[in-house]
Amino acid sequence: MTEPFDPRPEDLKQRVWESIQRDELPPKDDRGRMRVVMNNLVLHLHPSKVAKPTLKFTYTWGLGGLSILLVALLAVTGVMLMFVYTPSPATAYMDMLALQTEVWFGQFVRNIHHWSGNLLVIVAFLHLLRVFFTGGFRTPREFNWVLGVGLLLLVVAANFTGYLLPWDQLAYWAVTVGSSLLSYVPVIGEGLRNFLLGGPEVGAATLTNFYGLHVAIIPLTLMGIVSFHIWRVRKDTLSIPHKLDGTIDGAESNQVEKVTTLPHLVSREVVFALVMTGLILLWSMWVNAPLEAAANPDHSPNPAKAAWYFMGLQELLLHFHPVFGAIVIPALGLGALALVPYQRFDLSAEGVWFRSTKGRRMAIAGALSALVAVPLLVVLDEYVIDLPAMLPTIPTLISNGWIPFAAVLLLVIGYYEGVKRVFKATACEARLSVFVLLVVSFVLLTVIGIAFRGEGMALMLPWEVL
Amino acid sequence: MTDNPSENVTRRDFLKIAWGAAGALALVETGGVVLSFFSPRVAEGEFGGMIEAGLVDSFAPASVTPFTQGRFYLVRMPDGGFVALYRKCTHLGCAVPWNPSENRFVCPCHASAFEMDGQVINAPAPRPLDRFAVIIEGGMVKVDTSTPIQRDHATDADLVYAEVP
Repeated sequence: MTEPFDPRPEDLKQRVWESIQRDELPPKDDRGRMRVVMNNLVLHLHPSKVAKPTLKFTYTWGLGGLSILLVALLAVTGVMLMFVYTPSPATAYMDMLALQTEVWFGQFVRNIHHWSGNLLVIVAFLHLLRVFFTGGFRTPREFNWVLGVGLLLLVVAANFTGYLLPWDQLAYWAVTVGSSLLSYVPVIGEGLRNFLLGGPEVGAATLTNFYGLHVAIIPLTLMGIVSFHIWRVRKDTLSIPHKLDGTIDGAESNQVEKVTTLPHLVSREVVFALVMTGLILLWSMWVNAPLEAAANPDHSPNPAKAAWYFMGLQELLLHFHPVFGAIVIPALGLGALALVPYQRFDLSAEGVWFRSTKGRRMAIAGALSALVAVPLLVVLDEYVIDLPAMLPTIPTLISNGWIPFAAVLLLVIGYYEGVKRVFKATACEARLSVFVLLVVSFVLLTVIGIAFRGEGMALMLPWEVL
Repeated sequence: MTDNPSENVTRRDFLKIAWGAAGALALVETGGVVLSFFSPRVAEGEFGGMIEAGLVDSFAPASVTPFTQGRFYLVRMPDGGFVALYRKCTHLGCAVPWNPSENRFVCPCHASAFEMDGQVINAPAPRPLDRFAVIIEGGMVKVDTSTPIQRDHATDADLVYAEVP
């Protein structure tokens, strides 16, 4: 018996190829297709087989995959921008001008980076909504929901630190306002803000700090957690869409049909990514990222607005004492969001849009309530109610903080108990309704801040503002 | 060894505690190094020193004079008293411009408004404009911009008067 000394093929070209790609391309059968997925660095983040119903586009809307695509676009264009930008107050704004006028495709690359970053905030938020409304956070996926909330915060942090880098008026004052929110955190707030800004005011040290965060710390953390996030999706599998009566959507029997990832899932992902890339490139060709006059620390523009994703927060600050507007309410909101999957489920509604027929009606009730209540309360607080003036002897922390906060909290609790009784609903459905109410309220506050706040932050009509 | 685990720390427990303590100490030390490395780098000679504003008589009563480099307004009240107001809004840090036609400071960011002496007349600002110490020596007004002084209410005690010759 003699074993061949070296069993590999003789042909050098074939040997080089096989040392890189382990499996035959294109794979011939399902077994080969599954092997390619298992042995490929990029594709191994997929399972080798997926349940066919989850491939339905209108179930996931491709939002998670779109987020990954945007992160990839941001990484590529971001690294390109690093080659033509110096983070120093003396050069930053000039570099932006040079980028837009002298660098080949400079404006185009900046546009892609800017719009992808903004779109990522929206897409990540929509992804969160999709997972919530289809009950995709249920056991065993609770912790992946928490990771997702963390990722959303990192995306906002990435946008916020990137905001300062052009060093124009918009950037300078948005960051001044945004970082001042931190100083309202009790005890450590002032120190925390000075640490982040590298001094008492936004200046040269702030720019280097934010640059380091924006190009290294946040992206690395983000990519680490994203890998964990996707790995858990792969381990826990995607939730499967169900119809209201509990049958599986898109399947003949209750037996889930599984198909190979390659080509069924991968081809869909590739097509969707190509279409979205095309749309982003078109948009970036036509719409330029804004750049205002160079930063001027002596003059705040009127109105000085935060970045658009902070406008809901800024709107809250017009109605509440900063400790509540900037700290208590956002912290409570985030805490509640993170704890959503850890509440007891009294309804088996995984994969069912809005839980049930009743849940769908209650979601509409929540949205309509917010549409009525939020503008009403904003207008009331702007023109009618002036608590600090009505109660001049009480500190504003109570008159403009505790009192309106308690009132809003009571309204929300009353709403929860109210809809539960009116619709004879379970706790799951009532929580869904409150979630919709709060999300629509936050979106409305953001819209009011962006389109209805003009000079001196007074209420105005959109055509006077935009 | 006839150690009673309920009374004495076993060798295993001791090592666990020691390892834990060493780990915690290492974390604290690393945290200290990182914090000190990134501690604010304040440049000497910038905003933060004593600024000579000018002679007492060069400021008319009921006037507001901005000092851009010093980041403050030197206010002379109608009764002749001086107060130096930090121009940073106490709400969220915007630069607050003086609006002479309305006779008040109005913040462009969130519409906070302040009286001439820094008192809040329109929320959301939680407290009056911070002030800097004013010193009048030999008819010269000087402002110490090293420490902004926070206050709950603007009072007449904040005002500094030139000694009557």
